[in-house]
Amino acid sequence: MVGSTPTLVYFSSKSGNTHRFVSRLGIDAVRIPLSVDHIADVAEPYVLICPTYADGEGRGAVPKQVIHFLNDPERRARLTGVIGTGNRNFGATYALSGRIIARKCNVPQLYSFELAGTENDILRVRQGLETLGRHLCSTAL
Amino acid sequence: MNDLTKIRIPRAINWNRLEDDKDLEVWNRLTVNFWLPEKVPLSNDIPSWNTLTDEEQLLTIRVFTGLTLLDTIQNTVGAPSLMPDAITPHEEAVLTNISFMEAVHARSYSSIFSTLCATKDIDEAFRWSEENPHLQAKAEAILRTYAPGNDPLKRKIASVFLESFLFYSGFYLPMFWSSRAKLTNTADLIRLIIRDEAVHGYYIGYKFQRGYEKLPEEEQLALKDYAFSLLFELYEIESQYTEELYDSIGLTEDVKIFLHYNANKALQNLGFEALFPPEVSEVNPAILAALSPDSENHDFFSGSGSSYVIGKAVATEDEDWDF
Repeated sequence: MVGSTPTLVYFSSKSGNTHRFVSRLGIDAVRIPLSVDHIADVAEPYVLICPTYADGEGRGAVPKQVIHFLNDPERRARLTGVIGTGNRNFGATYALSGRIIARKCNVPQLYSFELAGTENDILRVRQGLETLGRHLCSTAL
Repeated sequence: MNDLTKIRIPRAINWNRLEDDKDLEVWNRLTVNFWLPEKVPLSNDIPSWNTLTDEEQLLTIRVFTGLTLLDTIQNTVGAPSLMPDAITPHEEAVLTNISFMEAVHARSYSSIFSTLCATKDIDEAFRWSEENPHLQAKAEAILRTYAPGNDPLKRKIASVFLESFLFYSGFYLPMFWSSRAKLTNTADLIRLIIRDEAVHGYYIGYKFQRGYEKLPEEEQLALKDYAFSLLFELYEIESQYTEELYDSIGLTEDVKIFLHYNANKALQNLGFEALFPPEVSEVNPAILAALSPDSENHDFFSGSGSSYVIGKAVATEDEDWDF
């Protein structure tokens, strides 16, 4: 484990909200490509930040690129936690992708935030990842 | 003959050849989310409506006529004014959906009125909306930007501010009633409107960003200045509008925080940074819960990090991943 935070993996569509959040976070991160023909790979435990694209019934919440990424059992096994994002204006489906992935992969949903996040979201996620990084280090051996 | 040559015949739209995937994504989202006010059992709110004081009823009707005006503007002027600027034929088709749904929204408020209110009170509230200087001022500020010949990207900025900011001084009230277990069916209908407006603000903001990124830096700066100064102008009007409406029930400060929060989200839809700092944008949790009920917020990071336990991933088959 290099550095004090776990590896970060994220998806962001062309609207770029999650990408802007990660840029401001100032932590190196791997972006899942828009094209499913390309695959991002991570060899170590990671935290996933995933936006939500659900319709009114909650269908399609997790982007297909993320499903594709998690479909690989080895990559899935390295997932240690998920941060779901979205917009509260979508009501009950707000940040639904995070909850779905957490349930499906049996990992905790660490946090949720809206759109590109606020200053407070940046601080909380940065601190949370640092705490998690120390924890992962101390349990790695 | 000369006149004929000026007619521009659009190419037949081919949805199997996309220039921008976002057009189809948003088209699908909007069409799946289609609804009509008849879907919501508004009449169940009649007993609840009767528990409101005369003053609270008057406020509610006025707030809804204000929202009706914004939806009417977006239906008949706003969304149509964006169509000639569309980059792709699919974008134009999406805008026709947006325009029509705004008509559904405007129509919905009249369904609420006819279910809950007396004709005399409805007519009075519509008259109020025509005469209220703050409401008229915000309509004018937006319509000025929509005028033909104006910069297409400025039109998109104004449109995002209408969709993602200006509605919220009004949306606050049904969310507040809902948090007090009042007018809960009306709140269900308003949440459908809020959901649609969120897609509209997202999509128009996305199209803005595609145009903006192609501009030289100097023009980008000028456009960003324009966006922030328009937001300041609208915020000034919104503050006065909010005071006039909500002072009587002591909610003005709470509504203003909601305005800051939504102004920041509108800016994010345009790809810009937030304007209002977190300390004046932390919305009353009861209102947030009314906005997104049942979306339980697992906030692991704010709790004690030391209690974190790594879950063991269950071995799932690939076909399970049918999210």
